Amino acid sequence: MRGTFARVLCELAESDERVFLLTPDMGYSVLEGFAERFPGRFINTGIAEQNTVSVAAGLALCGRIVYVYSIIPFVTMRCYEQVRLDLAYNGARVRLVGIGAGLTYGSLGPSHHAYEDIALMRAVPGMRVLCPGDPFEVEQLMRQCHESDGPAYMRLGKNGEPRVHPDGARIRPGTAARVRSGSDLAIITTSNMLEQGAQWAERWKKEGIGAALYSMHTMKPFDERLVERLVRDGVPVVTLEEHSAVGGLGSCVAEAAARTGLPARIKSVSLRDEFSHLVGGHEYQRREAGLLEPPDLGGLGLR
Amino acid sequence: MSLEEAARQARRRVLDMVYRSGSSHVGAALSLVEILVALYHAVLRADPSRPDAPGRDRLILSKAHGSAALYAVLAGRGFFPESRLLEYYSDGGSLPGHLDAASAPGIEFSAGSLGHGLGAALGMAVAGKKAGFGAFAVLGDGECNEGSVWEAAMLASHLGLDNLTVVIDCNKIQSFGRTEEVIDQRNLAGRWASFGWDAREADGHSFEQLLGALRAPRSGPRAVVAHTVKGRGISFMEDRLEWHYKSPDEKQYRAAMEELR
Repeated sequence: MRGTFARVLCELAESDERVFLLTPDMGYSVLEGFAERFPGRFINTGIAEQNTVSVAAGLALCGRIVYVYSIIPFVTMRCYEQVRLDLAYNGARVRLVGIGAGLTYGSLGPSHHAYEDIALMRAVPGMRVLCPGDPFEVEQLMRQCHESDGPAYMRLGKNGEPRVHPDGARIRPGTAARVRSGSDLAIITTSNMLEQGAQWAERWKKEGIGAALYSMHTMKPFDERLVERLVRDGVPVVTLEEHSAVGGLGSCVAEAAARTGLPARIKSVSLRDEFSHLVGGHEYQRREAGLLEPPDLGGLGLR
Repeated sequence: MSLEEAARQARRRVLDMVYRSGSSHVGAALSLVEILVALYHAVLRADPSRPDAPGRDRLILSKAHGSAALYAVLAGRGFFPESRLLEYYSDGGSLPGHLDAASAPGIEFSAGSLGHGLGAALGMAVAGKKAGFGAFAVLGDGECNEGSVWEAAMLASHLGLDNLTVVIDCNKIQSFGRTEEVIDQRNLAGRWASFGWDAREADGHSFEQLLGALRAPRSGPRAVVAHTVKGRGISFMEDRLEWHYKSPDEKQYRAAMEELR
């Protein structure tokens, strides 16, 4: 996803002189291409995230479209008030791009993990929250949201995620993308869990369970209509995210279901509301957190 | 109209607004008056009839609790009718206690939490280098406790932004006491100079000194440490912490307006 971001940003900058890129001293081996091609529109603002976001706001209010790139906690949490006021309250066209979704930075520890970012960013009025699940979604969301008003946050994983969407797929911001069909249950994933969701669907198919798979690549505005439809049709829902149980995909789905006033069958798979004190890589941490094995579907009352 | 007369009128408007609405922060607005009058009447390239002109100079009032002074000066310059000032800080009004850029023409940046404005002005100055406009941020001295101010200060001098100016309303009193008792900043100009700024000190109630500092030739970002008096212009408000919070009662309002005749 990271490489796709860097490539698409260069392509956008090539055709749009308003594009600016700021980084609080991150992006080694990722941003050099942009910095070399567009030196007048690139600033390493130093290890100072609060100021970086304020500077981005100032540039945006003078007509620029500003991308800010760093590791997720530093570009969302360290500078949260600047995001809330300088970007959202001022309506600044700034795109915060964070890498390292969930447990991506495994052994580097909780300072570099990102379990709360979706909850924090979607709580900000006017913030668009983009959580692409594969490189195709990264490119589509970047291009389609490039000119949208106000701020946006894009949550990226790392590098090397496979493309999950087939050729010819269409991605529309604000609408969950259906990756496969199935009538027994629906899996909704967000961000970097799309590939895992596809594996579960495949495995359940072998067990005779037809699971539809949706990628909730836009967490705000949230596609409540999908949830409404599933609940009305009596389809059990499994949500999957590499984010805390507080305020992420499971929360959004449950909130949308609650607004229907109808009984709903929802099984939410997420990280627990706690720091990881484990030492180990991404896959190891995911396994220990229970994100790799499909959940028991017993309580969902499958037909 | 002389700058002194513009300042006198702005002070009267501030007193009116604060008295009518019962709002706080009158002391912090009164210390700002000459700074804002100097900037809006004699420094900024700003056309009240075209508040969105792309080439205009930008000013951010980062110590946005002094908003009453900004509204008063903007109304005096004709950015909006003086009658709008009746809509300050009141139910159903349109001018909030801190700044909302959507509220009125001439408000460049929504603010209220300290330590945000200089960074945003820096971003505007980067844009202005190409387009040929300047960016100004007005900060409080207490605000310089915020680390983000110094993040911006470092970057501005590194980038050599000679179209960026900060004016510090150095009224020596912050929210809970005298600045020297909270965090001693008596060497504030020296601190800005050590961060690579062309730092100058001025009497913040003297137009001659303010304009001299603002207009002097420069090669990088300019900091003007403007020594002011909180509550300036009203004898019983001057240099007193309580006027960070209090609003004048009728008797005090009449006495204050008498002093501003």
